[in-house]
Amino acid sequence: MIVADRKPLKEILEMVGDSKKVLILGCKGCVTVCNVGGNKEVGILASTLKIARAKEGRPLEVEEKALERQCDPEYVDQIKDIVEDYDAVISMACGVGPQFLSERYPGKRFFPAVNTTFFGGAVQHGIWEERCAGCGACGIHHFGGLCPIARCSKSLLNGPCGGSADGKCEISKDVVCIWDLIVKKKMEEGHLDELMIFRPPKVWTTARDGGPRKSVREELVQ
Amino acid sequence: MRLSYPSNVKIIQVPCSGRVDILHLLRAIEDGADGVYVAGCLEGECHFLTGNVKAKKKVQYVKNVLEEIGIEPERVEMFNLSSGEGPRFAEIAKEMVERIKELGPSPVKIQKAA
Repeated sequence: MIVADRKPLKEILEMVGDSKKVLILGCKGCVTVCNVGGNKEVGILASTLKIARAKEGRPLEVEEKALERQCDPEYVDQIKDIVEDYDAVISMACGVGPQFLSERYPGKRFFPAVNTTFFGGAVQHGIWEERCAGCGACGIHHFGGLCPIARCSKSLLNGPCGGSADGKCEISKDVVCIWDLIVKKKMEEGHLDELMIFRPPKVWTTARDGGPRKSVREELVQ
Repeated sequence: MRLSYPSNVKIIQVPCSGRVDILHLLRAIEDGADGVYVAGCLEGECHFLTGNVKAKKKVQYVKNVLEEIGIEPERVEMFNLSSGEGPRFAEIAKEMVERIKELGPSPVKIQKAA
């Protein structure tokens, strides 16, 4: 899933500025699963903003809503009859949400309430970790099913650097050296020799280096 | 044991302090409460194992949020006591009321009244 963290309240309040009536729009996709932008968090942010503004003597009217997803036009369309009622819309979706909204409703202001951080998963309740860098050409099968691009601090593809010690990365003892795990996994698989196979340098044009990306499925395009 | 405690403490019963939600605490502040506290069981003695520990974390979350928006985090608090400690319950109520009196009325209420 796409993982995000809520922005500091000060930053959100600055964005809201002098608005008198706002809509906080959650998303029932990834950000609901990572507990940052679903119905629940929309409610918490709404209450917090109302408290903050009431304290300043500038009451803020806040409506709460969550769309099935903010990354599909048919769901973004669902606020077409109400969007004009608000001075601004605060999106709690990942960075895709406020962009889809901005494109669909020209002339309206949309603010992001979260910082989108990475593609990852929950390693335990309340803790998420990065697992994928979205490079556009997955090769994790070469590395025992573990991604050195997303999980090595230097994205090294040819083995660990000198900063690997006791299975930890030199940047922090909380970060595992993924190359340590890759080697161990390959040993367990009995395929350590596969790490010796020569592989040409990775072509990064499928990643962001090739510019903004697009995926077209002809069989679905109408 | 007919103990008295300050009459301005409004009690909301829940089956376990773990039922208390971040939104319950925030909405109380939003509606003008000067302070809110959760009275949970002693740590390690929750009938549902970790309800009181979860409540403590939620209280801390609300304290952080209040601090971020410039409201005294002391207005929200978590207390732990056993259901057999009636005198302690009354003591906590007095303690919290004293604390809130020192802090003064909630800035939210002041502005709402203005």
